[in-house]
Amino acid sequence: MKDLAVLAYELREDVVDMIVEGGAGHIGGDMSVMEILTELYFDQMNISPQNMDDPKRDKFVMSKGHSVEAYYAVLARKGFFDIQEVIAQFSKFGSKYIGHPNNKLPGIEMNSGSLGHGLPVCVGMALAGKMDGQDYRVYTVMGDGELAEGSVWEGAMAAGHYKLDNLCAVVDRNRLQISGNTEEVMGHDDLHQRFHSFGWHVIDVEDGNDIGQLKEAFDTAKTIKEKPTVLIANTIKGKGSKVMEDKASWHHKVPKEEELEQIKKDLKEKKEALQNGKNS
Amino acid sequence: MAKTANKQVICDVLLEAAKQDKDIVALCSDSRGSASFTSFADIYPEQFVEVGIAEQNLVSIAAGLARCGKKTYAVSPASFLSTRSYEQCKVDVAYSDTNVKLIGISGGVSYGALGMSHHSAQDIAAMASVPNMRVYLPSDQLQTRKLMQELLKDNKPAYIRVGRNAVEDIYQEGNIPFEMDKATVITEGNDVAIIACGEMVKPAIDAAAILKEKGVSTTVIDMYCIKPLDEETIIKAASNAKLIITVEEHSPFGGLGSMVSQVAGNHCPKKIITMALPDAPVISGTSKEVFDYYGLNGNGIAKKALENL
Repeated sequence: MKDLAVLAYELREDVVDMIVEGGAGHIGGDMSVMEILTELYFDQMNISPQNMDDPKRDKFVMSKGHSVEAYYAVLARKGFFDIQEVIAQFSKFGSKYIGHPNNKLPGIEMNSGSLGHGLPVCVGMALAGKMDGQDYRVYTVMGDGELAEGSVWEGAMAAGHYKLDNLCAVVDRNRLQISGNTEEVMGHDDLHQRFHSFGWHVIDVEDGNDIGQLKEAFDTAKTIKEKPTVLIANTIKGKGSKVMEDKASWHHKVPKEEELEQIKKDLKEKKEALQNGKNS
Repeated sequence: MAKTANKQVICDVLLEAAKQDKDIVALCSDSRGSASFTSFADIYPEQFVEVGIAEQNLVSIAAGLARCGKKTYAVSPASFLSTRSYEQCKVDVAYSDTNVKLIGISGGVSYGALGMSHHSAQDIAAMASVPNMRVYLPSDQLQTRKLMQELLKDNKPAYIRVGRNAVEDIYQEGNIPFEMDKATVITEGNDVAIIACGEMVKPAIDAAAILKEKGVSTTVIDMYCIKPLDEETIIKAASNAKLIITVEEHSPFGGLGSMVSQVAGNHCPKKIITMALPDAPVISGTSKEVFDYYGLNGNGIAKKALENL
């Protein structure tokens, strides 16, 4: 199996191509969420083009739908569609690869984009699993800015109430949203305590861009009974290039030519460093 | 004449269906009592989900259940279901195309004296403008039963609004003219066509009787299917009549009157009088008192017809 840390960088390169070709995209969040999606799709979840019609497979909802470019890159690599087609058509007139997830595409469960929907929808999916005695797991990824939506907490309350231990949520805690630092826009520094109060098992992932730490956290979540689990994954917005890292201005931005050159160089270097580290 | 609340019939139909089908799931938002769904929750607790007072959650959870194969019925007061959860209805139900039937109970001004917060006079406009959302306002228990039996057969989203109070039967057991997504023509005449939905069908029939005594022949149409709207029946009625009157328990904007006017205007322009609730918080009172005050009764409709013929 290809090293997932390396794969995450290859997928970042796909995302950059997609955004440059499409002339739009939420690049900062794509970069922060990439290891989370990679670990989920290539290690944790039982989801593939071959088993999409199997009701027993795991379920995933991309609640932070604006990171659709990262999602497309992962789904394409899983074989749901062709990455070259996505790059060529992303955000173009009449394209099926639009700027938020759409379930007319294979591999996508639910349409998202409006924030605060994924967790409550996943509560329904997890309840269905309990009703049917199925042991599939349900996953969702939310942004940290998204947590200001009240509907997130309606879902969190119900998940705790119904003790949905087949549900695992991830917060892509990159601490930046479109207007700036999350703690200045609407603070979430007591997030651990908040989810705990709602009846959740909470795992703080110190480095949410580290595949090993994510794997350990997801593996632990599977052992937690009678409670849903949330991973607060501390990530870096724009992760992978010094051009973008930790800069709110890269929430939604298309790199200019010189920026693009540097971003590609940075991503390539990081990927090669990981490959070399692996080989040495 | 028998009087039964339409919401009771919805529960009865689902109780019967749930016997055979474990995938039927009803959800309430602390609304099982007002929805007449206590019996469903008691008999099929494993097919019932209580979400508490959280209507957005109600609709999203129903959508998630539906995506995993459940046939879900989200039952909550129409006022909250249609506007508090509007975005969830739009995105998680209609856009994601999940098998969620949204049952808006105590619709229109059913909650009379409780005020505008509890009235749903915008639900037709709101729901009908969402792509992939069907909208139904059945008139009596017999039609409600037929409609629910049809909706059980499909896996598409729909919004169904019913009132809180027991209403008189319009049709007779054993003789219920019902075709899915086709309006029911109750009487046929050449002078006036009255097109009504929900609890306004009965006053439309009363008006036709009053008009008959005055020598005016009237077509009465029960347009329970607001969307997809039965355009063919509207065009036929408009072509034959001198005057069209629409009657609805809804805001004057974006509801049955607007939609009928659009169809008639496009195909066979005729004078149309749209009767509805005012564009204002309605006066306090029971449904009947409110309807009478605004002329949404047999006499009021007949008067409008005679004034405009």
